Amino acid sequence: MSSGIDTLRLTAEEALALVDSGEVSSAELWQAYRDAINEHDGELHAFLTLVDEPEGNGIPIALKDVISTRGVRTTAASKILENYVPVFDATVAAKCRAAGMTLLGKTNTDEFAMGSSTENSAYGPTHNPWDLTRVPGGSGGGSAAAVSAGLAPWALGSDTGGSVKLPSAFCGNVGLRPTYGTVSRFGVVAFASSLDQVGPVTKNVRDNALLYRIISGRDENDSTTVDVPPVALPEGTDLKGLRIGLPRQLNEVEGIEPGVKAACEAALAKAEELGATVEECDLPLSVEYGLACYYLVAPAEASSNLARYDGVRYGLRSEGADFREMVMHTRHDGFGDEVKRRIMLGTYALSSGYYDAFYASAQKVRTVIKREHDALFERFDVLVSPTCATTAFPLGAKSQDPLAMYLTDVLTIPANMAGLPGLSIPCGLSEGLPVGLQIVGPQFSESTLYRLGHALEQAIGFDVVPERLR
Amino acid sequence: MSITWEPVIGLEIHVQLKTETKMFCRCRNGFGGDPNTQTCPVCLAFPGALPVPNRRAIEETIKLGLALECSIADRAVFHRKNYFYPDLPKAYQISQYDEPLCADGRLVVPTADGEVEIGIVRAHLEEDAAKNVHVAASGRIHGATATLVDFNRGGSPLVEIVTAPNIHSSDVAKRFLQLLRQTVVELGLSEAELDKGSMRFDVNVSVRPLGSDELRTRTELKNMNSFNFAAKGIEREIARQIKIYENGGTVDQETLHFDPTAEESAPMRSKEEAQDYRYFPEPDLVPVHPAPEVIEALRSQIGELPTARIRRIANTLSFYDADVLVTGGLDRLWAAVVDGGADPKEAANVLANSFVASGIDPDAVNPAELTKLVIARSEIPRGVFDEALAKVGEPGFSADPYTAQKAVSDASALEPIIAAIIEANPGQVEQYRGGKQGLLGFFVGQVMKETGGTADARVVSELVREQLGA
Amino acid sequence: MAITKEEVLHVARLARLELNDAEVERFQGQLSAILEAVSKVAELDLTDVPPTSHPLEVSNAWGEDIPHTSLTLDEAFANAPDRDDDHFRVPPA
Repeated sequence: MSSGIDTLRLTAEEALALVDSGEVSSAELWQAYRDAINEHDGELHAFLTLVDEPEGNGIPIALKDVISTRGVRTTAASKILENYVPVFDATVAAKCRAAGMTLLGKTNTDEFAMGSSTENSAYGPTHNPWDLTRVPGGSGGGSAAAVSAGLAPWALGSDTGGSVKLPSAFCGNVGLRPTYGTVSRFGVVAFASSLDQVGPVTKNVRDNALLYRIISGRDENDSTTVDVPPVALPEGTDLKGLRIGLPRQLNEVEGIEPGVKAACEAALAKAEELGATVEECDLPLSVEYGLACYYLVAPAEASSNLARYDGVRYGLRSEGADFREMVMHTRHDGFGDEVKRRIMLGTYALSSGYYDAFYASAQKVRTVIKREHDALFERFDVLVSPTCATTAFPLGAKSQDPLAMYLTDVLTIPANMAGLPGLSIPCGLSEGLPVGLQIVGPQFSESTLYRLGHALEQAIGFDVVPERLR
Repeated sequence: MSITWEPVIGLEIHVQLKTETKMFCRCRNGFGGDPNTQTCPVCLAFPGALPVPNRRAIEETIKLGLALECSIADRAVFHRKNYFYPDLPKAYQISQYDEPLCADGRLVVPTADGEVEIGIVRAHLEEDAAKNVHVAASGRIHGATATLVDFNRGGSPLVEIVTAPNIHSSDVAKRFLQLLRQTVVELGLSEAELDKGSMRFDVNVSVRPLGSDELRTRTELKNMNSFNFAAKGIEREIARQIKIYENGGTVDQETLHFDPTAEESAPMRSKEEAQDYRYFPEPDLVPVHPAPEVIEALRSQIGELPTARIRRIANTLSFYDADVLVTGGLDRLWAAVVDGGADPKEAANVLANSFVASGIDPDAVNPAELTKLVIARSEIPRGVFDEALAKVGEPGFSADPYTAQKAVSDASALEPIIAAIIEANPGQVEQYRGGKQGLLGFFVGQVMKETGGTADARVVSELVREQLGA
Repeated sequence: MAITKEEVLHVARLARLELNDAEVERFQGQLSAILEAVSKVAELDLTDVPPTSHPLEVSNAWGEDIPHTSLTLDEAFANAPDRDDDHFRVPPA
């Protein structure tokens, strides 16, 4: 803090103003965050790779280590990519670069973004800045912890089943999982192609909208992207006319913590005060079948997406007498247990004899989930629930039980299966830990999500700085 | 009692499209580059790289489908076919499965005994594999080898055409392949050169008692690089299977590598476990909806197809001549020469024999000059004609200097020369008169030599016979 | 829904994952539990439901047939574990 810059509280919008006005140079700003990293990352382990000589004349950013960065090691937190240095930028990285952003480093994640706690990183877990004994959520725990602890003004994550929303909730950040197809996946190490979306992790809602504006848009290198309607920067707190639906199955999910429920209810009361209407509704099939659907579709796609790690063109290569043996050894040595589990699960779901019962059924369930949401959006502008039934859990609490870990995502998955945008904002504390409120809207409704998020943010007045760092 | 066996043959043909760029990236498509110089993150399957389909390749596949009277799908989908091999960088091939671009077509094959209709089950688009080179590795244990991979070819657009198993002779199979090749070449889709691998095909063969409609176990012949070898290989395989059945045995389903030099088909190395390609819809790509106006525009680009032309020309010439002219790509030149006033049969003889042997590109020929040559053929010395024909494809070629060299057929000019030669070769004269009629050619040759090839060989031959008989 | 040891090994081979005995045992138990949970999708009557393989209803995304600049050899081989002149080298296939 020698520079006088309080990285814990400075928003990206404020940082931009400082650099634009010439009050602080881009290099000074970057150095302030680098100092913070040097001070705190030893205990947090939010970063896997640090950049020493940044390029650019804007404000800094941290990128989840599944985003390819030209000349900067990109590992996906896997041993199989331990020494992989991309020769090209992901489109989102290129857009950040074009906007002048200076790269601080690459943040920790569950290996190949598979996990809900960042404990599946081959390089060790990230710790939650609010409580070092707890997980930051996952898979993008590194980005969330970095923003929360003032190690980066903002960051990018990627969200397949909840990997932006969940860590944002656990670390007290604002995280957006955008509408599928609005942010390019080109150069983002693939987990599940029909679900992966890159999203911003920020200290507040306006920063989030600013960053989403920069990274979104159709990309000729990603056939699944579309033209994106303009995104409004949220102003004011008026919510008149906004119709909020409260899906019972999300808000009354089994195992919900009382403190989480209370924080969400308080936020909704504020929304009503600001003019919104709130009404209960139902998503019976989406919640009951969403998790099963997700854990077939995502692993199936992953089993194919991760087949390219064969030790031929890049990455780890283990010894083997012939090609087949080399590939089998490489993949045994290079992938961690969770990745292996999902590859096997996905391979099984696609294999002959099981395809119809598993993968084909899951794709139909996906239609059911989509239809159920579409029907609700005829009556509601947004659907609101907790982002997770609990707050951050202790390190190690679920790491021996894959199924328990999977259940962490039960509230974020349904919207993801339908390609819907979801915003998680902090709405209070439960026993000293942040609670995330998930706001889901129809496709391309990011401006609406930001409008509600911003209004609630003003009304709630959540202090984003972890108590132990204040 | 002996059974009459009916062969059942199906073909699977791969044609490499001659687009400028590859199927899913914009690296150059085509031969000739130094190894691995036509590669990018997409065709090397770097993490995060995504496929973008080549619009022209899609349109050309539709065009071929139209030429084969296929129905064009309203919705076509790319699938992933998963397997590991060094030449397949993603460890899946993007292909088409149950929703191909073109299906349910036919190609009518004219034969000497009438027309045979061959069903086209499907024509779909996929990407080619790269090239493996298996070599002995230096500095390793004796006999050990390595595989070297060049990814230049990897990702080239390939159309796969699958026929119904309703071909019942090797001759029809061969004619079908020739006709298909000519169709592809004329549509401008591919050079379809067998020796360069831009057209490849596999043959499925089984036999059954004539009159039955069962489909017995089939074997697959792979890697055939000529139509004649294909016909030979099919014949041999039919004979092999009949022999097995007649000896009370059963045919195993297997893939045979046809080695034309070994005169037998050898089983290829069997896979360690049954293949399970785990096809599923490629989530990185969106469906193709060919617009009706695009289909109509492509249809309008298709001229009169080879089958129709064989049918038409066979009204004037024999079926064989019509077939040779059309499948050899010579019929348009033939028609022009006939239009210019040449005799149709004479023109066909010249084109189907001397011209084909010369290897001249028919498109380089000025039909008017070739017409003059064909008309003058019987009146000019053979040597002069051959010399002229060899040059007929050169720019600015004129037939006039050649047609001006009318052969000497004046008996009064030729008789003294013949007399002198008879006198100079008493030994041969005696032999001839003793019954060795074959020596006539010797005398004619001597006269041609003496006259510098300007004599009319037919007239010479008559005069020689006359004088020797005297 | 239990998965047998043989099925674990079969799937691992399809996915080219070498597994030792302890791993086979561990994954057998874990995968059985997960498969039990995900087989829930088969409970629903999905007879007339079309599959969704893509969350957005878009089609006809393609590029024009115009060449771009390929990688240099240095870039292509920058991360290669084994290189033989201008080829990628692997153990014999």
